[in-house]
Amino acid sequence: MASSAPSDRKYLASHEWAKDQDGEIVVGITDVAVELLSDLVYIDLPPVGKKVTQGEVFGEIESVKAVSDLVAPVNGEVTASNEDLADHLDDLAQDPFDKGWMIRIKSDGEASLDALMDAAAYVKHAAVE
Amino acid sequence: MVPFSGWDMPVQYGSILDEARHVRAKCGLFDLCHMGRFRVTGSGAETALQRLVTNNVAKIKPGVIRYALLTKEDGGVLDDVLVYRDPERTEEFFVVVNAGNCDRDLEWMQTHAAPLGGTVTDHTSELAMIALQGPASESILNPHTGKDLAELGYYKWIHTRVFDIEVSVSRTGYTGEDGFEIYCPTKQAVRIWDALVETGAALGLLPIGLAARDTLRLEAGMALYGHELSESINPYEAGLGWAVKLKSGFIGAEVLAAVKENGPARQLVGLETTSRRVPRQDYPVIADGEQIGFVASGTFSPVRDCNIATAFVPPDYAGVGTQLGFRVRDKDEPASVVALPFYKRDS
Repeated sequence: MASSAPSDRKYLASHEWAKDQDGEIVVGITDVAVELLSDLVYIDLPPVGKKVTQGEVFGEIESVKAVSDLVAPVNGEVTASNEDLADHLDDLAQDPFDKGWMIRIKSDGEASLDALMDAAAYVKHAAVE
Repeated sequence: MVPFSGWDMPVQYGSILDEARHVRAKCGLFDLCHMGRFRVTGSGAETALQRLVTNNVAKIKPGVIRYALLTKEDGGVLDDVLVYRDPERTEEFFVVVNAGNCDRDLEWMQTHAAPLGGTVTDHTSELAMIALQGPASESILNPHTGKDLAELGYYKWIHTRVFDIEVSVSRTGYTGEDGFEIYCPTKQAVRIWDALVETGAALGLLPIGLAARDTLRLEAGMALYGHELSESINPYEAGLGWAVKLKSGFIGAEVLAAVKENGPARQLVGLETTSRRVPRQDYPVIADGEQIGFVASGTFSPVRDCNIATAFVPPDYAGVGTQLGFRVRDKDEPASVVALPFYKRDS
């Protein structure tokens, strides 16, 4: 599938994006993830203060088709959670890279985004989905 | 495209829910080539089918179709099928089976039909299957069909021509809407498909995927093999006793007669939930904190505007209005028992 992944952030193979913004990491899912899921019905995000671990599940998103885990790109603590999404999943469907952000993480500094895919690599990865 | 039983399946063209709504409002075109298509011929064709399936085949008139179950000696269901008696070659039958069971069904049917003088042949590759479903189906198909489809009743079929190609057309479907299933030579299928898309567009015809079809069949309370039916779920539990004629002499009739006599230990119910979580196959169904059953199928229902499911529960919990729960990842969500089907069109 074709992704219009912006180049100002990094990507996971499991279709999450991670953007360094003012020293915190903003996390969401990509346009391709939204298209693969289609017909979103439910999202479960962690509360502020929750610790998350790189490569592990921080939440889940459900569509008519399937339940999918949301995977954290870094270790750290949740400093903000987009609570509006639960009632406005259309924001996520229509604008996954901006309005559809999910959580902000204060990274504990041990893991960086360097190891993740850049936009070009992600677009290539998503093309075969 | 998603692979299933050796076929590439058109699961969705766009939003599943938009596709499902479109079929209820107008008309959808479905590629059903994955489904198995057999012919049963020979002097013992009727006798063989009478032995193989649960409905009374002797009573099926030429040009008529009946739903039936293919059962084993222990009463377990191998598949659910449609049995068509040919409108012209009235000693011949056509049987449509599920893709996932096609090879097993063929072997089973051939083995049991042969001693009774019936020959079962597989025509899945050479005959394509296309469905038109939705209120506009007749208006879309009729102008291009050799016979008047207004005269074709529900669960009846004819041999005719569509866009001047030889086909069989049945008034059947798996959506709860009016509609037709068209069987044509595979080589002509794309011609018919493209011509329907082109001429039907003005009346709202759109290609619809199999995911929407699953939502539509669940709303309409129609069973899906592997969900509401399996080798370990008997027809009475699944609410399909109406398709079982115990006196017709099918394989497993004695066992099913005992099941009927004793009453089923569990039964299929409809569930509706206010939860945003979709109840999915095998999720535990809960009463008073304990698992009492399991979900068979679930989806978001556009016509009910909520999540719905079918589930197997003991008869004590099957009454409409019973408050139950379903468990998603260790959390219980509320659900209540509602009557099946979830949707019935105005007729």
